[in-house]
Amino acid sequence: MNEKTMTEEQHYADVIAEESICTNENLVFEKTNVLTDTPMHYCPGCGHGVAHRLIAEAIDELDIQDKTIGVAPVGCSVFMYNYMDIDMTEAPHGRASAVATGIKRVLPDKYVFSYQGDGDLAAIGTGETIHTCNRGENILIVFINNGIYGMTGGQMAPTTLVGMKTTTTPFGREVEVMGNPLKITELIAQLPGVYYCTRVAVNNPVNVRRAKKAILNGFKYQELKKGLSFVEVVSNCPSNWKMTPVESNKWMEENMFAFYPLGDLKVPANQPAAGKGE
Amino acid sequence: MAKVKGDIIIDIEKCKGCELCAASCPQDSLELSRKLNSKGYHYIVKIEDNCTGCTNCALVCPDGIIKVYRKTEKKKEKIAIISNVTGDMTITVNS
Repeated sequence: MNEKTMTEEQHYADVIAEESICTNENLVFEKTNVLTDTPMHYCPGCGHGVAHRLIAEAIDELDIQDKTIGVAPVGCSVFMYNYMDIDMTEAPHGRASAVATGIKRVLPDKYVFSYQGDGDLAAIGTGETIHTCNRGENILIVFINNGIYGMTGGQMAPTTLVGMKTTTTPFGREVEVMGNPLKITELIAQLPGVYYCTRVAVNNPVNVRRAKKAILNGFKYQELKKGLSFVEVVSNCPSNWKMTPVESNKWMEENMFAFYPLGDLKVPANQPAAGKGE
Repeated sequence: MAKVKGDIIIDIEKCKGCELCAASCPQDSLELSRKLNSKGYHYIVKIEDNCTGCTNCALVCPDGIIKVYRKTEKKKEKIAIISNVTGDMTITVNS
């Protein structure tokens, strides 16, 4: 009797083992090892997490983990160096592109990228950003645009949309008082030092795939030494927009994409386009 | 026709319950649990057994906590139909 139950159990165990497809040979997606196992401190649904993962996947695919140096900004992503298993440094507010310039000039065979938010890149670091782009440094700038100062409590940023409510514009942004939102990506796309300039988003699987291609291209173009790659990622900020993550993505599609249209702004000749459809 | 079967493994301790994966799942097989993890978030669970392993949930997950598995099972095809056989017959199948 006892023997029989044993064999039955073994039989069911075999059946379960056969039915479960969670084996390494069937694995199609897993978090890359370039990201550490540290849990991210971001709010639920924040686009920073996806952007971090895409950069890590691009580094993993190109196999340049030991040749990449990142520059973290000031803002929500200030602890980025905790999450990426690469060499990283931390720049003063707005100066990430200037720090990246210095690193790239001292170590020209390394892949250097800076990761900056809109308050960092488009407000405090406007001068550094424009001059880095104009000099045509061979770096990649990943620009996260969520139209708000996230870490400090949701104040108005230069990229805040007209009529958008923030803690410093409680009745919505007025053009007469606060001026127009700044399209910094269009601004720098005109500069001759910029080799590749695109705008992507991370709100749905299609846009995530396109964003990954754009970041991958940004790293690849560093080898050519022809100029700067600039990837703007339109992202969300559920906490400061005071929405749920799903609502914030919907709001982003309806309002942000109307003012910040997705797609390539500057593509090098004879190179495959990334921001457009596959 | 080949049948595709998928499965996911969710690291529930790292889940923050943002529901972006549930919104992007074409099969509607993900839902928030009523239980909480040790951080106090309702975590996501798979409620249906219809996963196709499309990786949509893992692509939009900000915390990268979803592992996706996919297996394509080929159906056994009919090679030949034999009828009205009288007497002995030997069939050899080369595959």
